[in-house]
Amino acid sequence: MAAVNINGKSYSVDVPGDTPLLWVLRDEIGLTGTKFGCGMALCGACTILIDGEAGRACVTPISTLSGKKITTIEAIASDKVGKAVQAAWIDAGVPQCGYCQAGQIVSAVALLKKNPKPTDGDIDAAMAGNICRCGTYTRIRSAIKQASGQGQGAMS
Amino acid sequence: MSPPLDAMRAAGALDDSLVLANVSRRRFVQRSAALGAFVLAAGLVPRARAADAEKFGADGMPHGWVDNPLVFVSVSEDGTVSIVCHRSEMGQGVRTGMPMVVADEMEADWRRVRVVQAPGDEDRYGNQDTDGSRSTRHFFMPMRRCGAAARQMLEAAAAAQWKVPTSEVQAKNGEVIHARTGRKLGFGAVAKAAAGMPVPAMSDVRLKDPSQFRYIGKGNLKLYDAPDIVSGKAQYAQDVRLSGMVYAVVARPEVVLGKVKSYDASDAMKVPGVIKVVAIEASPAPPPLFNPLGGVAVIARNTWAAMQGRKALKFVWDDGPNASYDSAAYKATLQQAARKPGKVVRNDGDFAGASANAVKRIEAEYYVPHLAHATMEPPAAAARIVDGKCEVWGCIQSPQAARNDVAKRLGMPVSDVTVHVTLLGGGFGRKSKPDFAVEAAVLSKAMDGKPVKVVWSREDDLHHDYFHTVSVEHLEAAVDAQGKPVAWLHRTVAPTIVSTFAANAVNEADWELGMGVVNVPFAIPNIRIENPEAVAHTRIGWFRSVSNVPHAFAVQSFVAELAAAAMRDQKDYLLEVIGPPRVVSPRMLGDTWNHGESPERYPVDTGRLRRVAETAAREAGWGRAMPKGSGLGIAAHYSFVTYVAAVVEVAVNAKGEITIPRVDIAVDCGATVNPERVRAQMQGACVMGVAAATLGEITFKDGRAQQDNFHQYEVTRMPDAPRDIRVYIVPGDYAQPMGGVGEPGVPPILPALCNAIFAATGKRIRELPIRDQLRT
Repeated sequence: MAAVNINGKSYSVDVPGDTPLLWVLRDEIGLTGTKFGCGMALCGACTILIDGEAGRACVTPISTLSGKKITTIEAIASDKVGKAVQAAWIDAGVPQCGYCQAGQIVSAVALLKKNPKPTDGDIDAAMAGNICRCGTYTRIRSAIKQASGQGQGAMS
Repeated sequence: MSPPLDAMRAAGALDDSLVLANVSRRRFVQRSAALGAFVLAAGLVPRARAADAEKFGADGMPHGWVDNPLVFVSVSEDGTVSIVCHRSEMGQGVRTGMPMVVADEMEADWRRVRVVQAPGDEDRYGNQDTDGSRSTRHFFMPMRRCGAAARQMLEAAAAAQWKVPTSEVQAKNGEVIHARTGRKLGFGAVAKAAAGMPVPAMSDVRLKDPSQFRYIGKGNLKLYDAPDIVSGKAQYAQDVRLSGMVYAVVARPEVVLGKVKSYDASDAMKVPGVIKVVAIEASPAPPPLFNPLGGVAVIARNTWAAMQGRKALKFVWDDGPNASYDSAAYKATLQQAARKPGKVVRNDGDFAGASANAVKRIEAEYYVPHLAHATMEPPAAAARIVDGKCEVWGCIQSPQAARNDVAKRLGMPVSDVTVHVTLLGGGFGRKSKPDFAVEAAVLSKAMDGKPVKVVWSREDDLHHDYFHTVSVEHLEAAVDAQGKPVAWLHRTVAPTIVSTFAANAVNEADWELGMGVVNVPFAIPNIRIENPEAVAHTRIGWFRSVSNVPHAFAVQSFVAELAAAAMRDQKDYLLEVIGPPRVVSPRMLGDTWNHGESPERYPVDTGRLRRVAETAAREAGWGRAMPKGSGLGIAAHYSFVTYVAAVVEVAVNAKGEITIPRVDIAVDCGATVNPERVRAQMQGACVMGVAAATLGEITFKDGRAQQDNFHQYEVTRMPDAPRDIRVYIVPGDYAQPMGGVGEPGVPPILPALCNAIFAATGKRIRELPIRDQLRT
């Protein structure tokens, strides 16, 4: 039995302690917004917040999370930054297939919470771990800038 | 319509708030009989019998098109308009674009439109095979007629209720209005009566004048699925959850056509959560088709337990006939083949004669390796069997093919198989091949019908792709005293996609050759194109823009090489090789395919090709002074009946590292439905082209793909992506046929980048990926 706090709610799950948070979220609890893309922390599709810091759920054993607060994409709009990022994402027309976007958004929120006015270099550094195979990077950058009040997220 | 909707609800894909009006089934247009059980690329559909007229466009696709509003549209009493999208959404925006067309003609209010995803049922919906950049160009007109007919039915119902002539009633933004008396009703109030009105015959359907469009061509609507995507609610196949569902991962033979000799599951069964270990029968013989590869599945209570169980399996493999496939050795085989004559597929004039008398001869050889699609969502499907009927949920580009193959494998009538299409987390052609959906069905059967979801890992995805072909392109040109080509020879050698469907295929099909190798629209009097044989040793499949990738890379790089040899400006030289604006039949260029489109409606227009090249060059500031180590490169290519040119700006630093500050892309795809998504597709294609050019390569050793995950199969990440991608859409005319958009953005990127690198450094890249070829 492992106990986890996800989006402000406590869950008790009956899985071995080495089970990654990703599969607890997706298969045991049914929160499928956090995506499986690689299983090796290479693509960022499973990005979640652990006590406010971006982490990769696919390599985070459930046994390491006792006493920690997890935030997933499903609850990312529970504060101002998350709401602003989601709105900017829609406004800039960022998603194509959308599969990686939950992870992209969580990474962007983690960045903006620490660094409300990121430079291009800051954005590169924070987002380099999140792959988008559809190639929406230019719009992700505009959306982050828009959400941080630095210019428009144009749909060009 | 209700069973699939119920099922989609059960899977969480729909909520219950939608009350659908009764949708009866009525065939609007009687179409010709189905062309065959397989739904493949147009070129693989058996040719029409000689007695039949040759069919083009949507008419030439299996199950053609349907434009019946009773199939695609329903209006609930609260005024919600439900519009069926019968094509698969994989990021191209089709679930916004197609319903938008219906809504515009129908005068629906987009804010009250619900999009309903069709299950695989081509008898009902027309062709659903979402590839070949065909959705918009094949279904724009049927969806317009569908929306217009729905509008007329709503108007007729209101007219009947008000007892006024139908001609006095007009639909506008979700309401029907009788202007003379000022009466109006919401669509919902007349929905029931409208559903009983006769569907207007095609000749009576009154389409809007394009000047009246409110959504089409405007780019004013946000992506339909965006709110779900940004909040984690969007449902992909990997996300499907069914009551009582178990999870499966499969250990497949690592070599195509290999088999399990023996296996030991005793340790796997000891892993907590593992329920059962099941062998999947391997394909009996080549060709691979869409058959599962075979292997052994571990079924567990969650994906992680299934993965741990799979790790604990012990195997003795029989690697089969492809056991020695080695991509390094194979490259040499292709190169040897490319240096000898092969099957002649186009021969204008006399290459040998003109070449013998020429001032100078230039030759070059280009290599593009196997690529993997690497969709961000690895393939996945769930299946269950209840009362002898099978339901499948999958991220599938070809739901009818999936349905047919599941039925065949389970020995069921096709009518007993339902295939629900989820959102696709990327497609790029991989998910046209529904081997994973068949696996899910086989495993559900092995579990007595219990719901089973097959989860492919990234390793599974990279090891068991239907890979993009590998090719050597050998080009020779003879030039005159001004450096202008008078003779052109192109030998293309690559295992064909046909080999996936026909065991002994060794030549490229007409539809592969028609992707930018035979149909070069150049003003060169002597052109000879040859296709030496190549034997496939893995599953070869469609990858976004398919054979256009290697063909355009070679052709557009070679033109730039000729320009350099002639000391000419690359852009001016390219325009000169394209020649003056002229309209040419693709048949005259040796292209018997033309992306399945009519040679009369879709001729090759070199004026349009010139215009995109000129536009991209002008917008990029072609000729501007560049700092040391920076350069501009251009390429222009015709594919999917669309013209695209790109100018790439590259900067190469002292260490040989590349950055791409800017790309300017001009596209002429005719008129557009959603220019905002056209831009998005061009931007995305650009990044995918950069990934293929700079990083992408799957290698084989001992028959096995060598790349396991994104640390070995690298793709472009944000810091290395072009910083600014500007797209210019050549304005089109709705009276003219449309072109494709999803794919044609890719081909020009690779050569434009390499041409820019040449401009920046003087180094010519002939083998991809670039990776560290520029490192000093």
